Amino acid sequence: MVETITIFVLAIFVGYYVVWGVTPALHTPLMAVTNALSSIIIVGAMIQTIGLPVIGVEGSVDFQTINVVSILGAIAVFLASINIFGGFAVTARMLEMFKPKQKKVTKE
Amino acid sequence: MELIHNFMQEYANWFYLIGAVLFILTLRGLSGPKTAIAGNRYGMIAMAIAVVTTFFVANNPVIWLILAAMAAGAVVGIARARTVPMTQMPETVALMHSLVGLAAVLIAIAAILHNNILTASFADNADALTAAGIEHAHMSKVHLFELFVGCFVGAITFTASVFAYGKLAAKKWAKTIKGGWVKPLQALIFLAMLASGIMFFTTGDMTAFWAMTVLALAFGWIWIAPVGGGDMPVVVSLLNSFSGWAAAGIGFTLENNMLIVAGSLVGSSGAILSYIMCKAMNRSIINVLFGGIATAGPAAATDGEVKQRNYRSGSADDAGFLMSNADSVVIVPGYGMAQGRAQNAVKELANLLKEQGVTVRFAIHPVAGRMPGHMNVLLAEADVDYEDILEMDEINSDFPATDVVLVIGANDVVNPAAKDDPTSPIYGMPILEAHKARTIMVIKRSMATGYAGLDNDLFYNDKTMMVFGDAKKVVEDMTKAINGSGH
Repeated sequence: MVETITIFVLAIFVGYYVVWGVTPALHTPLMAVTNALSSIIIVGAMIQTIGLPVIGVEGSVDFQTINVVSILGAIAVFLASINIFGGFAVTARMLEMFKPKQKKVTKE
Repeated sequence: MELIHNFMQEYANWFYLIGAVLFILTLRGLSGPKTAIAGNRYGMIAMAIAVVTTFFVANNPVIWLILAAMAAGAVVGIARARTVPMTQMPETVALMHSLVGLAAVLIAIAAILHNNILTASFADNADALTAAGIEHAHMSKVHLFELFVGCFVGAITFTASVFAYGKLAAKKWAKTIKGGWVKPLQALIFLAMLASGIMFFTTGDMTAFWAMTVLALAFGWIWIAPVGGGDMPVVVSLLNSFSGWAAAGIGFTLENNMLIVAGSLVGSSGAILSYIMCKAMNRSIINVLFGGIATAGPAAATDGEVKQRNYRSGSADDAGFLMSNADSVVIVPGYGMAQGRAQNAVKELANLLKEQGVTVRFAIHPVAGRMPGHMNVLLAEADVDYEDILEMDEINSDFPATDVVLVIGANDVVNPAAKDDPTSPIYGMPILEAHKARTIMVIKRSMATGYAGLDNDLFYNDKTMMVFGDAKKVVEDMTKAINGSGH
């Protein structure tokens, strides 16, 4: 327990210092990419998209792949995937716009 | 295959560690536009590592179902990411927050049902299940508590973000609610939610769990519904933070360090953005969420008496002429520019002025627009040079030496009352000191007040010329006027 809380607290500190370093011009891409990052909960969704054991007639154990837990898990995987793919893609699209342009020649 | 499987299970936490480090580098990359693209790629790699590792860690995963759900999500997500106009980024981000929130709720529900189903199976057939190598440990109180946190933070994030989305996208159903009954109702729902949460995690009673979830969903809505449109930058940032804490909460339940690290990073990121937004409005987070500037009664009351003030208005042609003869022009964009989709027209105007030898720069207030960095993205999309866009602190000292300031659809962020009128509700809010420039031009639809409901002295200043009309139309007319006179 204390190990996980240690990691939690230290990660907040890391986040604090790293995010202050983000330039204000990129705050919108920051929000889009953090959305993709928090969709790491897809890990939790995948862990719930599992077969559950059911007891057969002769006492044998089978796995039922479609069950209430795996359906909920799969919906969560779907939602998180929208965010992961969409979040990284829209961030990439925005950052492309911020790229310094070479083609321009300044006119005096 | 067996070998790979064992290897991945053995070293899963090492892979998650690599992922967590790459996540930190993703945010680190955003310190500048040059490193940000690489940073975004680190994020993608980290996510891929995490997903692949989880396939090996999960117990009996239904692989085809997971892959199908992912593929469907990828299609929806990428399609939206490619087509969404930059003017709609605030509501898109709000919508994304809501998805994280809903996913967290579903995961928490699944985890609890999973636990209940296994407990029931073991009660009947413990021997057969144990013989088949299936293990089941009862959820501890700590686990129940973590699930409770993940679920209720997720539920609040979900409905609050859906409301924020509706508000930002100007949907009819997202009505701002006002009235004396709102705060007591908020408090009531919140307390009932806490009570059922506590009941759930002390007794494990499922009714209490469902009650808590429903109440949390209701609370998210009624919590954000009273907040006005102009305060949305704070709300969106705050919900960004919430989505992170929800992920961290799920991370605690799963004892997965990568989730905890990612959740904490996002949580602190959103918290910092909320802080920056609040500071830029000189208000506390409590005031934004529970006070509301909408109650600024005195200002609205005095409004009626001082209606008859004189201002100077001019045509787009005059304004264009003045600008083309200036040495330096600073453009101050606000939400009105986004609303009027005028960013490309503004870029044309800036280009034309530059061709005529005028120095043109853009000044961005932290709360301009409806989300942090909103104006920067719009200008970047319109192809304005990154170097020409300056933050408030960088440009404020330059205003006295500026010939013309062109304010497009911004109001409160250039209101001098914030500096010199202690009775003003926005007194103390840092502003762009446009009033110090030699000439100020304001493009506005009418003399109506901004979201704060305040009159703006800048509009009545002797140096100010009001240009009324639609932002895009006016800017295009200015460009035409300059073009006409140049040839």
